[in-house]
Amino acid sequence: MSGPDDGELFVAELLRGSLDHCVKCTICETACPVSNATPLFPGPKYAGPQSERYRVADEPTVDASVDYCSGCGICSQVCPQGVKIAEINAQARHKLKRQKGFPLRDRVITRPTWLGRAGTPTAPIANFTLRFKPFRILGEKVLGVHRDAPAPAFAGRRFSKWARKRAAGARVSADSPARKVVYFHGCGTEYYEPWEGEKVVEILEHNGFEVVVPKQDCCGLPLQSSGLFEEGRKVVIRLAKALRQHVTDEDTIIVGNATSCTLMLKREAREILSLQDDPDLKFVSERTYDICELLLELHHRGELKTDFSPINESVAYHAPCQQQGHWVGKPALDLLALVPGLDVREMNARCCGIAGTYGLKVEKYDIAMAVGRDLFDQVAASGAPAVACDSETCRWQIHHGTQLPSVHPIDYLHRAYGLAQNGAGRNGSG
Amino acid sequence: MRRSELHFDAVVIGAGTAGLVAGTRLAQGGAQVCVLAKGVGSTHLAPATIDVLGYAPDRVPAPRPALEQLIAARPDHPYALLGTDVVGEALSWFAEIVPRGPLPGYVYGGSLEHNQLLPTAVGALRPSALVPETMANGEASRLERVCIVGTPALRDFHPSLCAANLERAGIEARAVSVDVKLDRADMNTLGLARRFDDEKWRRQFCSELSLTLRAEEAVGLPAMLGLRDPHEVLADVEHRLGRRVFEIPTLPPSVPGMRLYEILRSALRAAGGRLVLGAEVVSCDREGDRVTAVSTHAAGRDLTYLAPWFVLASGGFASGAIELDSHWVTHERVLGLPLRGVPAEGEPRFTGSYFDEQPMARVGVAVDSDLRSEGAENVLVAGAALPGAIPWREGSGEGIALASGYRAAQVAGAQVTPTAATV
Repeated sequence: MSGPDDGELFVAELLRGSLDHCVKCTICETACPVSNATPLFPGPKYAGPQSERYRVADEPTVDASVDYCSGCGICSQVCPQGVKIAEINAQARHKLKRQKGFPLRDRVITRPTWLGRAGTPTAPIANFTLRFKPFRILGEKVLGVHRDAPAPAFAGRRFSKWARKRAAGARVSADSPARKVVYFHGCGTEYYEPWEGEKVVEILEHNGFEVVVPKQDCCGLPLQSSGLFEEGRKVVIRLAKALRQHVTDEDTIIVGNATSCTLMLKREAREILSLQDDPDLKFVSERTYDICELLLELHHRGELKTDFSPINESVAYHAPCQQQGHWVGKPALDLLALVPGLDVREMNARCCGIAGTYGLKVEKYDIAMAVGRDLFDQVAASGAPAVACDSETCRWQIHHGTQLPSVHPIDYLHRAYGLAQNGAGRNGSG
Repeated sequence: MRRSELHFDAVVIGAGTAGLVAGTRLAQGGAQVCVLAKGVGSTHLAPATIDVLGYAPDRVPAPRPALEQLIAARPDHPYALLGTDVVGEALSWFAEIVPRGPLPGYVYGGSLEHNQLLPTAVGALRPSALVPETMANGEASRLERVCIVGTPALRDFHPSLCAANLERAGIEARAVSVDVKLDRADMNTLGLARRFDDEKWRRQFCSELSLTLRAEEAVGLPAMLGLRDPHEVLADVEHRLGRRVFEIPTLPPSVPGMRLYEILRSALRAAGGRLVLGAEVVSCDREGDRVTAVSTHAAGRDLTYLAPWFVLASGGFASGAIELDSHWVTHERVLGLPLRGVPAEGEPRFTGSYFDEQPMARVGVAVDSDLRSEGAENVLVAGAALPGAIPWREGSGEGIALASGYRAAQVAGAQVTPTAATV
């Protein structure tokens, strides 16, 4: 199913049913990064469980402020009663925007595949333009993308091209048949940070996996978070089908390094887009791992290679909201602790502010920067020369807010494995 | 498909005071610990004072002798399993870790020898053994003249109600309301605490307030003296107002409770313990009288945690960990452990008057004298899941949570051999 039919109503009712457990304890309010930074969003409890009673199907929306929710999902994570606060608010935002209309901007910046395809072959010009102030001012006036919002640079090459070439080349054959892993690289890796994908592949192969890279597209998260549910459903189901095809045996799993996109596949698409029963998505959802989650699990089974060389550096680590939404703790911290000499400093701020495309929008940029202030200050206070973080849009925001290089935690593992000398490592990190 | 599994020396279920204390103590002892919680626990809702024993049933002036009497009279009470020495040790340990936490200079004061009487939001005097420094000046014996201060934006705090009841307790009290500029019509103590963290805003608040104050008058404020550096905020506000100032606990969200959570959470992390929020335990594996693993709903699939020891610190009826279902059957919902204290078939479960002692109130997981669950020898129980207490009548909730979390870690820790596999 991909439309607002009985299935959607059923899931929406399930989410709504969780409201009965709300005891109005305000714990979500204490954790909400947005309502603590701006009066424009009254907080998850006010916008969610308390407003829900005024929301009636087929009646005009009663909402305005719920569009200022960034969808980070922290409220649902901290709720001691299991209320699906963020999910309920996402539904309300969808209804609000469907009735009031979607700005053109929301239809453009939520399509990373379009942007990537346009920007990659023309990278030098595209990157120059994106850093050219008059153009950004124009972009703000015409489109509503804030002139100072962090814009990643197109890498000018695509990860999938590298992967195809590598697959065609000779692969070292293992003694025993390797366990297969299907790699979901996402749009950030494909168009902006192909070196992250190269590192993921090399780390997995170093640990004896056979890595398959299917042809793939966006997961639909940007569409979903802007309230474009119908479009988001099409995109995520197409991706699920593409990934599923390559899962040919019981042991094969899917792994991704874009933590918000793997969360979209695991849970958000099923709950927020009401695709609980889509067979392809369900199949993919149960088999999808975030890269650090997978590596930690391997380590606990004694199957992770730990031939790490020392890295005598310090690094600040920020667990992004969407990584926290996997509800598996902070695997990156345990993994980085395996690298001798590496001094990892855990940041304790909630959110960097960007929330995917939220912080790009002209009316929300200042809020996003105010939300991120805590993190930026903590990073500065830590004295670390770099920040590790599992989500690409968060890394771009952290770089924007701190001016420090921000990389995926696996970069350190890749270096400590000594893979940087002969393999990937060619990056334009920063 | 392989099951997703992680291995630890001990897994703690619940991230309230009992769970965080148990996790921290185990981690400090060298164990690889993981604390699992459905969400943030009770800390954010409670005043954050450590109330050991306030009423037995009359108001208790000194917890230690009253504890001894309670232990003698009620062998089924958690304190009887713990003993006064463990309670004392746990309190001392707690008082020592607070200043090593993330809030510079912030300390708790008090002991088992003396209960401090502190005003509540309605102006009643509540007995606590340990209190944060921001509340210490509210101790009734130190209050002669006091001005209770509210602000119109904080709609759930009524300074005149608080002052009127303090008057009835023999303290000269009056109320004022300071209308400070805020960018919203209403704001809870959390929003105000963030303002108090800002030095400029604080200065403005103090200058407006000082216009209304009289000589020789202490100031009682709803608990909102900052989240980042309450020690400094208190000192600064006292300096600016030129008098003693104290915080009064409020309705949730509890700012001092958020500080307590941060102190305990960072103690756990500093000791190497892990904390996973959103991780509701939905099932467990058993081998005979042992629980071998618990599983949580993670995104996409379940994640299983294996350990030789488990600490159940999931709370009681209030958190939903113990429930009375519509068929009048009582369950421990997390691990399905046997309960104690459930009124027998045909006996009354409740009494007519809300504030009376309710027969259901003492229900908890059946444990032995080492806090081991009946029927699950490697599961230790801590906090509100323990049977035999009525914390809201006794004023004993935090004392039981702290001491039983501490004791559970002692019992398990003595037998945990840190594994080499998970460094």
